[in-house]
Amino acid sequence: MKILVCISHVPDTTSKINFTDDNSKFDTNGVQFVINPNDEFGLTRAMWFKEQQGANVTVVNVGGQETEPTLRKALAIGADAAIRVNMQATDGFSVAKQLANVVKEGGYDLVIAGRESIDYNGSMVPGMVAGLTNANFVNKCIGLTVEGSSVTALREIDGGKETVSTTLPVVIGGQKGLVEESDLRIPNMRGIMMARKKPLTVVEATETTPETTSIKFEKPAAKGAVKLVSPDNLDELINLLHNEAKVI
Amino acid sequence: MSVLVYTESEQGSFKKIALEVASYAKAVANQLGTTVTAVTINTEDTSALANYGVDKVLKVSHDQLSNFNAKGYAAVIKQAAEKEAAKVIIVSSSANSKYLAPLLAIDLNAGYVTNVIEAPESTSPFTVKRNAFTNKAFELTQINTDIKIVSISNNSFGLVENNAQATAEDFSPSIPDLTVTVESVDKATDKVSIADAEIVVSGGRGLKGPENWGMIEELADVLGAATACSKPVSDLGWRPHAEHVGQTGKPVASNLYIAIGISGAIQHLAGINASKVKVVINNDADAPFFKAADYGVVGDAFEVVPQLIEKLKAFKAQQ
Repeated sequence: MKILVCISHVPDTTSKINFTDDNSKFDTNGVQFVINPNDEFGLTRAMWFKEQQGANVTVVNVGGQETEPTLRKALAIGADAAIRVNMQATDGFSVAKQLANVVKEGGYDLVIAGRESIDYNGSMVPGMVAGLTNANFVNKCIGLTVEGSSVTALREIDGGKETVSTTLPVVIGGQKGLVEESDLRIPNMRGIMMARKKPLTVVEATETTPETTSIKFEKPAAKGAVKLVSPDNLDELINLLHNEAKVI
Repeated sequence: MSVLVYTESEQGSFKKIALEVASYAKAVANQLGTTVTAVTINTEDTSALANYGVDKVLKVSHDQLSNFNAKGYAAVIKQAAEKEAAKVIIVSSSANSKYLAPLLAIDLNAGYVTNVIEAPESTSPFTVKRNAFTNKAFELTQINTDIKIVSISNNSFGLVENNAQATAEDFSPSIPDLTVTVESVDKATDKVSIADAEIVVSGGRGLKGPENWGMIEELADVLGAATACSKPVSDLGWRPHAEHVGQTGKPVASNLYIAIGISGAIQHLAGINASKVKVVINNDADAPFFKAADYGVVGDAFEVVPQLIEKLKAFKAQQ
């Protein structure tokens, strides 16, 4: 089985979010970048397929050279090879289009991407890759097994979960549950050394027209101070929630 | 040229988010000077849509669509869009809508924007404001394509009543081969889901152990709320993973979020920040959650919560 894991290079969850160029661009100054958490769960599940079922795992990112350390980290965790599509990502569609080219070129059976990235939160790339490559698609996947070409997946629905069956090729929109947090791997020294020798191929992007354009960003207005209510006066809390906030 | 809206139902009645997306579609239709057409799947009584500005309803009934299927439902909405020559399609942020919409976007060569929180800032060019950076920023996005798909963040636009006809007509689109099959569904029918909840009551490690969750559930019960928990609580196995809210868990966009014994790590706050009103109950006055909350009680949850339950019961009895 050939697996492609899509890796988004995102600001670390604790990063301060700022914008530059008249609030039109994300300010990367001083920001630590990591593998998108939703992608990391998928990558770890892919490692299980590699170790238990002999799958071959490639990781891919659409981005500039600055994203290569993130791909190297994925290699250090255990992926066999990496591909970087050389393009500054603009919208979700353009990224999906480039990824679809990689999928078609490489003939991957299983494509795993995070259900959404924690920066732009578009939640569209996995579904669009499935649509563009005519593959089956399971979103918000929290459990995945593959036997031959049969796929069984558990997916989260609002208020519960459901089990679905389908066949390869399939695209998975992954998240926590594919593996647990405690299963995530920190690269060890041997992995880091080996990652240096693994292939990281740069391919040029094909021309695409963005379907959406980011115009500008704005940070939420500073919040007013919390109104503290004494634990001896909870009637006041109910009064505030009812008459002031109007939420109960 | 109508604005098309996909209105979701469950067991034959519309979900609240269906009425919210209909309200939003009406606002867009007013901006464009056109009408609203809703498409519904396996929903017999569609009259409720008349209160939210829907002029026409395309009713689709099909056995093959009795379980949600992203490809099948996307095919239905695509054909409805073609029939109505719709240029703008509105969907919710439910798990199902976010599953089908990217497929629909590819099928229609449509630009697709998620997490939208307000009516379009302009319709030519078509620009919308959305949440980004996991609620740490807003982004103004322009959709460049002829056909546009907009997914609305839950509880962001609210319900807006507008009387209309909601004339129903049967619609029989063709259904493609469905290659993803639902084998079983595991869903609690007696509990409010976090996605649909207007109020969420959430517990953290401050509650000391799973045996203390009775009061969280009771408080949720009194308020008609969903229960949730912080990441450490789900990692410790005190509560099921499905209750974990935050950046890597479920997002919350409720009207009221009550955090009990949750310190307020940045990842937790990011995931719940779209909630309108936040209340924190914590015995540590320095907990970061107090900086993010609207109302706070510094006190022992084991004393405050039982009292709050009794007082809320009395309050509800008076209503």
